[in-house]
Amino acid sequence: MSWAWRVARALLGSQYALMLEYRAEIALWALSGVLPLIMLGVWSGSGAAAAAGLSAQQLSHYFLAAFVVRQFTVVWLIQVFEDDALQGRLSPFLLQPLSPLWRYLAAHFSEQASRIPFVAVMLLVVGLAAPGLLWLPSAGNLLLGILAIVAAFLLRFLLQVLVTTLCFWSERAAALDRLLMIPYLFLSGIVAPLNTFPPAVRRLALATPFPWMVDFPARLLAGEPVNVALGFGAIAAWCLLLLPIGHWLWRAGLRRYSAMGA
Amino acid sequence: MREFARYWRSLRCFWGTSLAAELEYPLNAWIELLSVLGNLAGSVFVLQLLFGGGPQLGGWSWSGALVVLGLYTLLDGFTTCVLQPNLSRIVNHVQTGTLDYVLLKPIDSQFWLSARTVSPWGLPGILAGFGLIVWALLNRGPGAPSGLPAAGPVLLSLALLFAALVILYSLWFVLAALSIWFVKVWNATEVLRYTLVAGRYPVSAYPPALRLLFTFVLPVAFLTTVPAEALLGRGSAIWAFGSLLAAGLCLVASRLLWRYAQRFYTSASS
Repeated sequence: MSWAWRVARALLGSQYALMLEYRAEIALWALSGVLPLIMLGVWSGSGAAAAAGLSAQQLSHYFLAAFVVRQFTVVWLIQVFEDDALQGRLSPFLLQPLSPLWRYLAAHFSEQASRIPFVAVMLLVVGLAAPGLLWLPSAGNLLLGILAIVAAFLLRFLLQVLVTTLCFWSERAAALDRLLMIPYLFLSGIVAPLNTFPPAVRRLALATPFPWMVDFPARLLAGEPVNVALGFGAIAAWCLLLLPIGHWLWRAGLRRYSAMGA
Repeated sequence: MREFARYWRSLRCFWGTSLAAELEYPLNAWIELLSVLGNLAGSVFVLQLLFGGGPQLGGWSWSGALVVLGLYTLLDGFTTCVLQPNLSRIVNHVQTGTLDYVLLKPIDSQFWLSARTVSPWGLPGILAGFGLIVWALLNRGPGAPSGLPAAGPVLLSLALLFAALVILYSLWFVLAALSIWFVKVWNATEVLRYTLVAGRYPVSAYPPALRLLFTFVLPVAFLTTVPAEALLGRGSAIWAFGSLLAAGLCLVASRLLWRYAQRFYTSASS
């Protein structure tokens, strides 16, 4: 136990220091997550939200919450991993008595921590540009929302681990991630609230892991009525389903790994 | 003239070799095709949701909005073809110091950095965008003049599309050139890709403040909305002039910035 604690502290500490070194990059990354705010602009100009029974305030709360959720659930494992595998940096990591995935997970958590000030500044700008858009969720919702964000991030990370293991078989596995991005973009609720979907599409979306990654935490933060147990249950179920597959793919891939240029 | 022929020969050589290299990965063609079709289907779906409240979005009809979406898809394909494979590499050149070799070559460094490779995987996007535009123009619904537009609007919109390509290139190049100062800005160009998504919808669909932002700060309006208006026969002289002016200014700005940035380049280990 104390060993795990020491490793976690060392990994998180070093990765956080590394991320602080990349401040300019993190600011740009935070900026690239403005999509929900752009969509808020389009949606508030069209009558579609009102037709679906969403008030202007509900709409802005939803998209602002989705913006925050998106900021803290970004996963870039595959891009880094592909590069590390191709450049041969993966080999020394594999020699350590700890799966390299833990290192990447720590890097993601550290990046999220270093993102906090930038997200705060962006929210402040939104608040100054359009006073009344910001709100404070109730303490219970805030706590549950943060928990849901962490759970959603873990699910997304796990899903990307599955695609990442394909790097062992292909040199261009990151291209596959672009395919995974499409259902994520359109079914997760980043570009449109799930309430506005036609019922059939909505049922289809809820059968995939994607709406639990954005729609569920965002609605919690926005104070919409939401089935908390069902949401966390769905995330846990998907994680339990993906974990053994990811584990098996990782083992099979490692056996194939021969280090680039060897 | 001799100079021009030399650049043309170099370009043919660059693109021939990079095409040969890219074709080593035939699976990418399928992935790219699937991703273009999936993105298009998703965008049309969201557009349909946005039209759920009425027959218009920011004063644009359904087919007009489809033309905008088609232009966006086309520009995205162009980005995948030329901009992304070239300009996202500048960061690497700066980081590893290989920019030295680029600067030493007897060829304009901006030209080399912008045109060294080409990727065929943007072609599905370009074709799909073009197809969507033609389809939307042929199905303009009752009340609107149906069929393809006359030669005049088509020529004007082609000129505006060219201006849009120049603006897009300059934006990408400027952001990529910033890596001379911020060496560690890993893929800063991705940011542009995510913010330009705003071009999927007509600029009048946004609230007034964002409209100003998308016209004067991040000229998204000139990328898709202005050419689409010309194509729909609603082109106005002032917007066309503004678009061409913006294109010229952006190109000159990218050139000046590159010349200025080179003064600050100190190679990798110094």
